[in-house]
Amino acid sequence: MTEAIEARGLRKTYGDLVAVDDLSFTVHEGEFFGILGPNGAGKTTTLEMVEGLRKPDGGEVRLLGETPWPRNASLLPRIGVQLQATSFFERLTAREQIRTFAALYAVPAARADSWLERVGLADKAGTRCEDLSGGQQQRLAIASALVHDPEVVFLDEPTAALDPQARRNLWELLSSLNDSGRTVVLTTHYLDEAEALCDRVAIVDHGRLLQLDSPENLVRGLDAGVRIHVAPEALDLDRARALRGAGEVVDEGTSLMIQTRQPGEVLAALAELDALEGLRVKGATLEDVFLTLTGREYRA
Amino acid sequence: MSRRPQARPLRLAAFWSLSAALAKGFFRDRMSVFFAIVFPLMFLVLFGGILDFGSSQLHVVRVGEVPMVEQLAAPARQSFDEAVDLTTSTDRDEALAEVRRGDADAMIEMRGDTLVVHYSEADQVKSAVTRGTLQAFVDAANVAASGQPPAYSMRTERVEDESLEAIQFVTPGLLGWAVAMSAAFGAASTLQGWRVSKLLRRLRLSPASTAQIVSARIVVTIAIALVQMAIFLGLGMAAFGLQLTGAWWMGIPLLVAGTLAFMSIGLLAGALARTTEGAVNLANFIVLPMAFLSGSFFSLEGAPRWLQVVSQLMPLRHLNDAMSNVMVRGMGPASTTGAFAILLGFALVLGALAVRLFRWDSA
Repeated sequence: MTEAIEARGLRKTYGDLVAVDDLSFTVHEGEFFGILGPNGAGKTTTLEMVEGLRKPDGGEVRLLGETPWPRNASLLPRIGVQLQATSFFERLTAREQIRTFAALYAVPAARADSWLERVGLADKAGTRCEDLSGGQQQRLAIASALVHDPEVVFLDEPTAALDPQARRNLWELLSSLNDSGRTVVLTTHYLDEAEALCDRVAIVDHGRLLQLDSPENLVRGLDAGVRIHVAPEALDLDRARALRGAGEVVDEGTSLMIQTRQPGEVLAALAELDALEGLRVKGATLEDVFLTLTGREYRA
Repeated sequence: MSRRPQARPLRLAAFWSLSAALAKGFFRDRMSVFFAIVFPLMFLVLFGGILDFGSSQLHVVRVGEVPMVEQLAAPARQSFDEAVDLTTSTDRDEALAEVRRGDADAMIEMRGDTLVVHYSEADQVKSAVTRGTLQAFVDAANVAASGQPPAYSMRTERVEDESLEAIQFVTPGLLGWAVAMSAAFGAASTLQGWRVSKLLRRLRLSPASTAQIVSARIVVTIAIALVQMAIFLGLGMAAFGLQLTGAWWMGIPLLVAGTLAFMSIGLLAGALARTTEGAVNLANFIVLPMAFLSGSFFSLEGAPRWLQVVSQLMPLRHLNDAMSNVMVRGMGPASTTGAFAILLGFALVLGALAVRLFRWDSA
């Protein structure tokens, strides 16, 4: 079986700036693949080289088994692209917009209209794209990228610039995109988004690939254990350190943090001491993975 | 995933759909429509209506035979026709009523050898002009009848363009300017606007070819130019007495060639500028001086020699001249050959330059 995407040793420099540095990864068919990293990590440039918008300075890309650069006309109907900016025709309504894109792919208007329905914009069909909300524009852009039912779809930061509520709403739509076996490649700088949506995540920073695995494996591989928080009044620092199974203990002011690899034992001991006030238990997240990989806090 | 057969996208469907998107985008943009159509029309009304140099003609109704007029010598007859708009009526009462209402300046009829002039004293200036003018022609006829050459003669020359009424002169020039503006702005703002919004890159990742995108833009711009032409000529004829001459329809292909030339200016501006506003301003910076130098607003016949030379370098100058020649000066289609060569050559050179400088994205 051909892989959806094979990238080997991708490299792109702009003057002195190395945007992408020896990046290699493979995306399987039907996979929901995430490229995660802070702004300026080289996510968009990577995507552009895979799509065929930019020529790599080094390395090689195969998209559905073919070379995307220079512009490969036979490949274009098989891929769908939603660019970072919402790129619309000025002063057209949502329906006119998606029908125009549909016509570029010789897709009948009725199919275009059904996509409006699928992304929940049926009642906004007559609204000009300038008058849509940010979330609605993103939905329309995603629908426009999918109108010709492509095998691979690229979504470049589809939830950037959306408020948290709109972002969560969009996740539902995004997670359904690979239901029919479609391959989805998503870039994002939101850790929770990658965790919620992606089968596998490539973590990039400064144009380099740091780690590539499923979110669960990434977190498990961290072996970071669990963090248990209780109210500072519940028990003092020394008694906390003496607890069975307790690792590092830190007084964080508003709470006492107990790190442990045996959460069961620690919780039982806390219950015995009747020190469960303000209890919170948190597993490691991708944020911890990033912190471990780069030695610095994650800043989107 | 079941792969549907990759039908080659219908080239025409993509082309028409892009054209429709562009046309809707234009006609829904009040600013674009204003600057392409309403704004130039304001100048047409200003020049053609308010500064109407041609309305000083006398409107005279003739009842019965007036042999004196027919017997005027050719030069005298010509100046009579310039001064007097003569109509014939058989209904004497109705003709007199017209004079009373002010619809006609005078009614004339012959009684024996006497020319009887019925006029209204309502407008005293006009009545004096009417009487004076007709008296002058009677005197001329008397001189002619005496068989003696006149001892003195007088020739008058208007300071305006000698051969054309105001509306005849300004319509082709203003139309040329209007088309130059909308073609250059349309090309500049589409190219730059689509680049900034990344729509250009989105289209590049669709199967639509560059040829389809470019030809859609060209066809829509030409369609807009023809709409401008229809409105200009329609309004000119309906409201300001514009009279088109024989080969006026040659104005259509001329306008198409001009549209291509001005689009190439816009494309170049769009390729050079970094923002949409910059592109539109650059186009404006080129088009407005060009319109002045091309005689769109006033004739350059009295301008200094160096200005005439600069004027000849402007594609709009050649479009204006060629359109004037066929649309109002009565020249034949063959008179436009040079203009076609210049306009298309201009479009080709600047278009090629724009292609060389073209970038897909603004980064």
